[in-house]
Amino acid sequence: MEFGPHLLLAIIEGSVGAAVLALTAVGLALVFGIMRVVNVAHGEFFMAGAVLAWVVATATPGPPWVGFVAALIIAPVAVGLLAVIADLTILKRLDYDPERTIVATIGLLYIIQQTALLTYGPDARPVEPPFNDRLALPWVEWVEGGLQLYWPWGLSVTTYKLFVIAAAAVVLLIVWGIMSKTRAGLIMRATQLDRDMATAFGIRVERVYAGVFGLGAGLAAMGAVLIVPIAQAHYLMGGDPLLLSFIVVIIGGLGSLGGTVAAALLIGLGDGIVSVFFSPTLAKILATLLVALVLVFRPQGLFGTHKR
Amino acid sequence: MKVWGLHLAVLALLAVGAVILPDYHQGVVARAMVLAVFAMGYNIAFGYTGLLSLGHAMFFAAGMYGMGMAVQHGGASGALGLLAGLIAAAGLAAIVGALALRAAGVAFMIVTLMFAQAIHLSIFLFGDWTRSDEGFVLQGAARQPFGIDLTQAEPRYWAAFALFALVFLATLLLARSGFGRTLVAIRENEARAGMLGYDTFRLKWTALLISGVISGAAGACYGLFFGYVGAGFASVQYSILPLLWVLLGGAGTVIGPIIGTLFMTYLIDIASGITTAYMLIAGAALLLLALFAPQGLAGEIRRRFAGWLP
Repeated sequence: MEFGPHLLLAIIEGSVGAAVLALTAVGLALVFGIMRVVNVAHGEFFMAGAVLAWVVATATPGPPWVGFVAALIIAPVAVGLLAVIADLTILKRLDYDPERTIVATIGLLYIIQQTALLTYGPDARPVEPPFNDRLALPWVEWVEGGLQLYWPWGLSVTTYKLFVIAAAAVVLLIVWGIMSKTRAGLIMRATQLDRDMATAFGIRVERVYAGVFGLGAGLAAMGAVLIVPIAQAHYLMGGDPLLLSFIVVIIGGLGSLGGTVAAALLIGLGDGIVSVFFSPTLAKILATLLVALVLVFRPQGLFGTHKR
Repeated sequence: MKVWGLHLAVLALLAVGAVILPDYHQGVVARAMVLAVFAMGYNIAFGYTGLLSLGHAMFFAAGMYGMGMAVQHGGASGALGLLAGLIAAAGLAAIVGALALRAAGVAFMIVTLMFAQAIHLSIFLFGDWTRSDEGFVLQGAARQPFGIDLTQAEPRYWAAFALFALVFLATLLLARSGFGRTLVAIRENEARAGMLGYDTFRLKWTALLISGVISGAAGACYGLFFGYVGAGFASVQYSILPLLWVLLGGAGTVIGPIIGTLFMTYLIDIASGITTAYMLIAGAALLLLALFAPQGLAGEIRRRFAGWLP
């Protein structure tokens, strides 16, 4: 394949990754922004979403799309509830002390991951996509007399991948709508700005925290359900989303939703393109070093404006 | 007097182990003693200075690979390899400290996590030299530094004991010195320590350097004693484990790290005989510690009975 079509292919693959990453990272950013909790177990909520999606999809009778729709609803809700319980029984008891919550979420990370190993096992299993038609994509070439469209061999996208991008965009719009237009969003933003003042105005901060922790985990699980027909469900799959979400949240500015989505697109596309043309390991090394240096020299993030 | 008596008794107990322990347990305890050195190094940063690092595996790995590369590709002897490991860890700690200490709190944790991740991935990037996850085995000839044959169980136990005793007593001296007390002052209230005229950045940097060098020494010795160098030792798991050992034994105590390491090593050793999901134990332990005993075993003892415990 020539360079042009190859690049287009890399951009499409990168967009799919970026869409899922944006969902996962926005979940992490909400939890960090509102609760000031660094949730190291976030990647395991992602993994739990993928594993549950497989469980639900295989248990549901009928055509693949029924199982997929069931998974898309059940898995995020179940993971969200799990996170709410974890918040109420663990994080609340620690009074959200930064060091102790980090230790506790590391503990949670291993508990969820190893429980998946014990129950689901060490195998990687795919979920059948609800639809998966291949669409050939055209490319232009210069022939005598003008531009001409042609269909290069191998340049194609599946309808399911387009669906992932669209679905992620819709979910992100809903989250943005909730945060900026509804009363629940107002309460969450008030809690983020000043926890004590919110309490004084009668907001039940503990409930807000439990809800936000559940929402954050649910978004990660949603991203995982979307990706699991393309990638496979595996008990160790939480590591990469965690690392990349951290990178995205920090580069986007801790706690800023728009910045997080922008950074997710940048990192997701960058990761996709660099991985196609160079080594994926090198791409990750550069991203991690970038994050470390951003935190050291520009703690408000590349897109953030206000100082913490 | 009480203090020296207690700590010398711990050393005496471990020395007796060389004589009375059966072969298998001698191996486990030797391994735990080297890992306890790693924990003691971590304890200087986390326990005494209050720097919660999530990336100490990079110092352990720097020591291990500094030694391993020098021996494997540089043809160095074991003793020279150890020196190379120490230099690698010291250099890394000096650079990481200078950068990461500009961030505080949660940002410091993530910066250390990211640097450690970059080091871990670099080992894969240079897979032709490091052999990535597979790692490489050190040949017997390189494993006889100072005439000690580390391929044999008993000399290995004594070498691990000597390393442990050296770092154990050095930590005790450090904890009781003026420098050690200043570090505790920074942990308790950095602004106040700064206002009293202490250069807190330089003191924290020095603490992290000492911590990194000790962790590197543990890594270099681990590679040399047990003859294997692999990328697994640079993974996140090896940044979390010293945190777990120190928290379990008691952060900011001299005897805490060996208690935590011995306890956890045996617990995981037993659990891994039953199931492959042995890290479940580590996760549960971390969670329970965070919830119910943030001071750890030695910390609780200090709080309740023995305020003099350093």
